[in-house]
Amino acid sequence: MKQKLVLVGNGMAGMRALEELLKIDPELYDITVFGAEPHPNYNRIMLSPVLAGEKTIDDIVLNTREWYAGHGIELVTGDPVVAIDRVRHEVRTAAGVTRPYDRLLLATGSNPFIIPLPGSDKQGVIGFRDIADVETMLAAARSYGKAVVIGGGLLGLEAANGLLKNGMEVTVVHLLDSLMERQLDKPAAALLKAALEERGLKFLMEAQTAAILGDERVTAVQFADGLEVAADLVVMAVGIRPNIALAQGAGIHCERGVLVNDTLQTFDPRIYAVGECVQHRGTCYGLVAPLFEQARVCANHLAHMGIARYEGSVTSTKLKVTGIDLFSAGEFTEGEGDETLVLQDPGQGIYKKLVIRDSRVKGAVMYGDTMDGSWYFQLLREGTDISAFRNTVLFGQHDLGDAGHGDSKVLALPDSAEVCGCNGVCKGEITDAIVKKGLFTLEEVRAHTKASSSCGSCTGLVEALLAHTVGEGYSAAPSKKPLCGCAGHSHDDVIHAIRHERLKDMRTVFEFLNWKTPDGCPVCRPALNYYLLAAWPGEYVDDAQSRYINERAHGNIQKDGSYSVVPRMFGGLCKPAELRAIADVAEKFRVPEMKVTGGQRIDLFGLKKEDLPAVWADLNAAGLISGHAYGKAMRTVKTCVGAQWCRFGTQDSTGLGVKLEELTWGSWMPHKYKLAVSGCPRNCAEATIKDFGVVCVDSGYELHVGGNGGIKVRVTDLLCKVATEAEVLEYCGAFTQLYREEAHYLERTAPWVERVGLNSIKQRVVDDAENRKALYARFRRSQQFAQVDPWAERARGADAHEFTPLQLRAVS
Amino acid sequence: MTIWTEIARLEDIPRLGARVLRTDSLDIAIFRTATDQVFALRDRCPHKGGPLSQGIVHGGTVTCPLHNWKIDLASGEAQGPDEGCAHRYPVKVENGVVYLTFNDEEAVA
Repeated sequence: MKQKLVLVGNGMAGMRALEELLKIDPELYDITVFGAEPHPNYNRIMLSPVLAGEKTIDDIVLNTREWYAGHGIELVTGDPVVAIDRVRHEVRTAAGVTRPYDRLLLATGSNPFIIPLPGSDKQGVIGFRDIADVETMLAAARSYGKAVVIGGGLLGLEAANGLLKNGMEVTVVHLLDSLMERQLDKPAAALLKAALEERGLKFLMEAQTAAILGDERVTAVQFADGLEVAADLVVMAVGIRPNIALAQGAGIHCERGVLVNDTLQTFDPRIYAVGECVQHRGTCYGLVAPLFEQARVCANHLAHMGIARYEGSVTSTKLKVTGIDLFSAGEFTEGEGDETLVLQDPGQGIYKKLVIRDSRVKGAVMYGDTMDGSWYFQLLREGTDISAFRNTVLFGQHDLGDAGHGDSKVLALPDSAEVCGCNGVCKGEITDAIVKKGLFTLEEVRAHTKASSSCGSCTGLVEALLAHTVGEGYSAAPSKKPLCGCAGHSHDDVIHAIRHERLKDMRTVFEFLNWKTPDGCPVCRPALNYYLLAAWPGEYVDDAQSRYINERAHGNIQKDGSYSVVPRMFGGLCKPAELRAIADVAEKFRVPEMKVTGGQRIDLFGLKKEDLPAVWADLNAAGLISGHAYGKAMRTVKTCVGAQWCRFGTQDSTGLGVKLEELTWGSWMPHKYKLAVSGCPRNCAEATIKDFGVVCVDSGYELHVGGNGGIKVRVTDLLCKVATEAEVLEYCGAFTQLYREEAHYLERTAPWVERVGLNSIKQRVVDDAENRKALYARFRRSQQFAQVDPWAERARGADAHEFTPLQLRAVS
Repeated sequence: MTIWTEIARLEDIPRLGARVLRTDSLDIAIFRTATDQVFALRDRCPHKGGPLSQGIVHGGTVTCPLHNWKIDLASGEAQGPDEGCAHRYPVKVENGVVYLTFNDEEAVA
C-alpha cells in the first residue's frame, strides 16, 4: 500500500513542493491537499495585476481542478484544517473531515497583519492577501470613492495602484518618512513617490494611524495628530505574520514561524513545512523565490532522496506597478567600510546604486532602468569579483561586450520582436507561454518555447522577460547551478568529489553522488566523461557512448546527417603533397563542397559516415591527422606570416604557432579551445580574441587569455609578458591545464576567467613559478595519453561498429 | 503472421548506443539500453529528420543529436512538451540474436 501524504495549504509553496515531488517520484504517495480558500492553486503574486485590471482570476490559476484529478490527488477546498492529531497521524477539518498521514506537509502561509486599532473590525477594513480581498476591493471601488492604504511597502503600493486604476481616490499612509524602506534607499524612494504622485496617489508620510472611524462601515481614518481622512475602504498592508496557529495547536515548536531545519523538517520528523509559515535559521520569507527553493529541497526529502539542503536565500524585489521600473536586492544601505557606486540621471528618472564590499556586489537598488537587475542579482549571489569591470559595471552587462544583444531594451520591444534568433521565438510567444502555462524558471521557458535553448545568447533577455512577467516569483537560477537534473550537484561539487574521493569511473560517480537516473542524461554524461578524463589521464577509459556524436565519430555532423572532416595543419602551414592528398580525397569521395575555415584549415563537407575511416586512411597516408574541429578540444593555432617574410614581423610567429600546436594538439578541453600567434601588434592572427593568444613584440611575447569571438565577443586579458619561446610554451601549458582542471564543462575560457577572476589565474600561473611548473608537468603528462590520432586508430579498424551499418540477413 | 528477420547479434550493438540498419528504402536505428533492452525506430527525428541513431541513449530515451529532442525508445514519441513520433518497429532478442519485423499488424502506420 502506498504511503499517505497530506498537504495543508493549497498555495504556491506547498503546491510547488508537490510538483517537484511528482517530478521525482509520481508513484510514491497517495496525496490529499487541503485549501482554506474555495479556489484551486493560483499565483498569489499576480493578485496585484488582477486588482489593476490587467489580468483575470482565470489567468492566474496555476493548477486547475483537472490537474489534481489527472494526478490522482484529492483536493479539498473551502474547508480549513483545524487540528493535527500527531499521535494518530491524522488531520481534521472544520467540517469534520479526517485524513490519516504518513508524512504531513504544512504550507499554511501567512496572514496580513491587522493593526489592533479601535475600529479595525469595521466593515471595509481588510488586508491584501487573497482572491476574496481582491473581490472586496473591486466591489468597494464600484460603490465607493475613497480608499486609504495603510503601509507604504511593496504590497501597499501595489494595492494603492490597483485601487487608483479602479477609479478610487487613494491615500497611502506610511509610518516612516520614506517608502519601501526595506527595499529602497532614500533617493530611489523619492523618485518612486514622485512618480506615483504624478499618477494621482496621495501620500501621508510619518503618519501614525490612531483609529478607524464609522458606524458599521468605515467612514474615516484618524491619526495621532488629530487629522482625519475620509475613507470608504481601508487596506492594511503593514506586514504579514506567518500562520502558525495550526502547528502551534498541535504542539509543534514555533517561534515567529514554524521552526524547520535545512531539510524543511519541523520538530516532528513526520511533519515538514515550507513557505511563508516557516522560520528557517531565524528568517521568515515573504517573497516567492525562496519558497520555491524550499519546495525543491523539501520534495527531495519527501521522495526519500535525502541529498538536498536549504541554506537560506538572498532575495530581490520588483514592484509590479506597470510603467514603474524598480529593483532592489541585498544590502542596499552601505555599512562601514563599504563603497557605493551611484549613477543618477534625474532628467530621465534613472537611479542606480550598487553597494560594494571587497570588490563584490552586496546590494543593488535601481529605479527607472532595471534591465540589469537580474545580472546584478547574479553577481550578488555568486559573489563575483567585479574589479575587472568595476569601471563600467553601472552601465550594465551589455557594456561588457554582449554585442548586438544586451543593448536592446527587451521590455520596450514589441511582441513581434525576435528574442531567440536560433529558434525564431518572438517576445510575445515567450510572455504568452509564461503567463498561460504558469512558467517560473528559465528551464521551463526553454522546454516550452525553445527560446534560449540553443546558443544561449538571449538568456539574459529571456530572464528579464521572466522577471518582468512573473515579478519576484521568478526563481532565478540558484547560486550553485546544478550540473543537470540527475543529482542536483554543482559542477564544482562533482569535480571535487571525482578528484578527492578518487572516483575513477562513471558508475562509481553515479553511486557515490546518488545519481537518481540509472545512466545519467545527455547533459551530465559528457561532462562526467570529461571530468574523469581530465582527472585521471591514462587511467580512466574514455566512454564513447557518453560523448556527443561529433566526438564519437570524429567529424562534425551536418543537418542532413552527413559529416565534415578537417585535417590538422600545424600553424596553418601546408605542403603541396598534403593539399594534393586533400584534393584527391575530395574527388575520390565526391565531396560536394570544400571551404577554407577561419582557423586556417580546409573543411571537406558532405561525407558519408561509413566512408570516414577510408577518408582518414588516405589523409593519414599523406601525414595529415585529425584537426579535432568537432570536439570540445584544442582546435587550431592561427598564425600570421611573421618575421620570416613580413616586413613588420618581430618574431617567428608561424614557427611558434607550430610549436604551440605540437604541444597542445589532441588535448580534450571543457569547451573548444583556440590559440593564435601574431607576429607584431598589428595582430593579423586576431590573437586577442582567442582562448590563448600570443602577440609578438620586439622585446618578447605578450600572452593574452580568455578571449573569444562567438556569441559574445570578448577581448582577451593580458596575462603577462615573457622573453623566450620556451617560456611561451610553459605558460601556455600551465594556463591550459589550469583551465582543464578548474573550468566547468562547456564553459569557455572567457566566462571562466570572469568567474574566477584574472588575478587568481595570474597568481597561480605567473606569480607562483613552482605551481606553474607543476601545472605544465601535469599537462605534459596528460598529453602523453591524448596525442594519439583518433583517425589513424579508426582507419586501422577501431570502433568499426560506429561506421558500418547493419545489413539485413537471411529471413528466419 | 509475423515474419521475424534476424538483423544482428546483441553484442554488435554497443550498450547505451545504437546501430543503423540499412534497408533498400530507409534507415532504421537499433538501440540497446544499459539493461540490454533493444528497440528499433525509424532513423529520423520527428522534428527535423535528425538521425536518432547518432544520439546519446539514456534510460529508455534517446536524445536527437541535432536539436536535443528526447524520443522515447519504446513508443517513438517525443517527450513533452515536444510533440511528434518516430515510427517504431517491434524487435525481440532470443539467444543473443536480435530480430525485427516489418509487418507487425499493430505497427503498420
